[in-house]
Amino acid sequence: MNSSQLLGVSTLGFLLASMLYIGALIFRAKTVSLVASILTLLTFLVLTGGIGLRWYESYQMGFGHAPLSNMYESLVFFAWSIVIFYLVLEFKFKNRILGAFAIPFAFVSMAYASFAKGINQEIAPLIPALQSNWLIAHVMTCFIGYAAFAVACGLGIMYLLKRDGKKEKTTGLIGTLPALKIIDDLIHKTIIFGFLWLSVGIITGAIWANSAWGTYWSWDPKETWSLITWFVYAATLHARFTRGWTGKRIAWLAIIGFVSVIFTYFGVNFLLAGLHSYGSS
Amino acid sequence: MKKKNPIQAFFASVKLTLFVLFMLAILSIIGTVVPQNKPAEFYVEVYGANMAGLFQTLDVPDMYSSWWFTGLLILLSLNMIVCILERFPNAWRLMTMDNLQTKLQKLERMGQRRLFSSDMSPSKTTEAMKDIFARKGWKFQQKSQDDGTLLFAQKGTWSRLGVYAFHASILIIFVGAMIGSFWGYKAGVRIAETTTTDTVYEFGTQKPIKLDFMVKCKRFTLTYYETGMPKEFRSDLAIIENGKEVLTKSIVVNDPLSYKGLTFYQSSYEAYQKLLVTLKNNETGVSKEFLIPPGEEIPWTEEKVSFGVINKQMTATPGHFRYKVWFNDNNGEAASMWMEEDSTSSLQRPQATYTITLKEFFATGLQVTKDPGVWCVYFGCTLMILSLVVAFFFSHRRIWVHVSESGQGSRILISGSANKNKVGFDTTFAALTESIQENEQIEAASGHAKESS
Repeated sequence: MNSSQLLGVSTLGFLLASMLYIGALIFRAKTVSLVASILTLLTFLVLTGGIGLRWYESYQMGFGHAPLSNMYESLVFFAWSIVIFYLVLEFKFKNRILGAFAIPFAFVSMAYASFAKGINQEIAPLIPALQSNWLIAHVMTCFIGYAAFAVACGLGIMYLLKRDGKKEKTTGLIGTLPALKIIDDLIHKTIIFGFLWLSVGIITGAIWANSAWGTYWSWDPKETWSLITWFVYAATLHARFTRGWTGKRIAWLAIIGFVSVIFTYFGVNFLLAGLHSYGSS
Repeated sequence: MKKKNPIQAFFASVKLTLFVLFMLAILSIIGTVVPQNKPAEFYVEVYGANMAGLFQTLDVPDMYSSWWFTGLLILLSLNMIVCILERFPNAWRLMTMDNLQTKLQKLERMGQRRLFSSDMSPSKTTEAMKDIFARKGWKFQQKSQDDGTLLFAQKGTWSRLGVYAFHASILIIFVGAMIGSFWGYKAGVRIAETTTTDTVYEFGTQKPIKLDFMVKCKRFTLTYYETGMPKEFRSDLAIIENGKEVLTKSIVVNDPLSYKGLTFYQSSYEAYQKLLVTLKNNETGVSKEFLIPPGEEIPWTEEKVSFGVINKQMTATPGHFRYKVWFNDNNGEAASMWMEEDSTSSLQRPQATYTITLKEFFATGLQVTKDPGVWCVYFGCTLMILSLVVAFFFSHRRIWVHVSESGQGSRILISGSANKNKVGFDTTFAALTESIQENEQIEAASGHAKESS
């Protein structure tokens, strides 16, 4: 057994769990959502084992490092963060319907890591710039934040589905979703959590940059986009705290904020890097 | 309420905050799409002459230090300063006020309140209440008034500071960044192995900056993984002051050397087509270092020796070479042998034994940073994280208990308020008031105060 088998099983597990969560929502079947939760938990354990094993395997290969060093490993860790964040949320708020809006994100991340072109799954040694203890602190804090924002986005979509003009849909499929007031409160709490971790992630990145390159901030596209994301959520929190924005507007901001997260994560690597290499060649 | 002047009102408004944050977010995108700090010709080539001209006028090639971007940051700072000044006095008043002065009418109207009755006398009831609440960590202050006894306790009072500390932390980071840009610099220097320098060159301007000490690169080593990927760039540096070596350190990419406010970072290297060879006569103990090009005969006149490197081959490790060294000391036939890069060999000759060390010759590229503001920035960052935790997860919770005489027993009014997380406080308040009824002599009164909870 090796780590890539475990990670492959996890991808399937999250696909199945996503289908079960969505099925439970559509058919209003409580037992199905319980099965979905158990499957998610089991898959999470397999995934954790897979990440741990990959870590161990890198030591076996003679250049051990935490499996957080490239796009593939970060996508896997992103899925892991989303799932643990979701499981805590489910446990705390005793609501399994949220799973239909959170676990699919984890599946997409795993599937993208496994099947997308140009994503190298090999365990590779660390280049000199990445050989630092800040790697773990920086990547983990950022991804806990990203995971919270992914769930906030899922909740935002849920809110907009439930909302019917100025009223709340109480009938049909959508009627089974939690009350708007509860979703709204959850979006807010999730964004606060994500904002805290994004701040820690940016700060650990700055400290790391200063110890590796002698500058804590250099306005490179990745840094700048993480700051743009921070501005978007800072504005969201101010709008809510001081201008009393709630509901639809905050739900949209949760979605816009996540678009910015995704751009920070992928866009900078693929799109802007492309522009830059075009520009310089 | 005092009427504000329009300028103060402008800077104190959260609409301004939202506007500035939105503008910063949108405008920051420009610099991630348009490459920054390239030579002027680059922009003409990529965007055309007209667009490039517009870019130069608007400082787009260096937008994050442009007047308009800096202006937005100043606007944000002023906004924060005015908001702090305007709101902090009230927060301070709420933190330091004497809550035992709170009027009973106000307690009767508070959002969270419950009424109880007790069979005990007011003084016994007061003691019982103090007891119950103390077990839950609420320590009461007490005051007797004409209409009864007022008890007050609060938790998380200082958490009101969180939001102010957070905004102050951003200002502190800005101050740190300004200190760095006024009194610091970033420079680069290339130091060839075995050589020493006291001058570095500022980034951008290439202005030479003289240091008040010397830096020597004793050695640079480049190692590879088996895959051929670089594993480590290491420079053995020494700081020399008044002719004495005062500090030595091997620096690698994530581990710089700091001395007298300057920090030296491993940033690049350069390989020359030259070799660094050390020869030592083991009998006499005389040794000498040579920097030689391959394929030439090099004399060591003092020892009447000549030598050279006559061939080079790739080894099994990518990026790692071996060299063929030719040696003649006019005693017997000239010798030649293969030596791995970065290795030492000894050569037996009729008259003497020689030790030969050979390595490829490099120059290390160092970045030199002087940033006296970095500690201010780090202090601001630490404060930011702590204050975010306080601002988000702690709240100022206050509980009043008013005990008064009522018939044979007492009337108890419990009121509470929290400045944040009202849902959480509702739960705490409900649990507290439930626990009161564990005392058999106290029971919920069906008074007017109950329906609110």
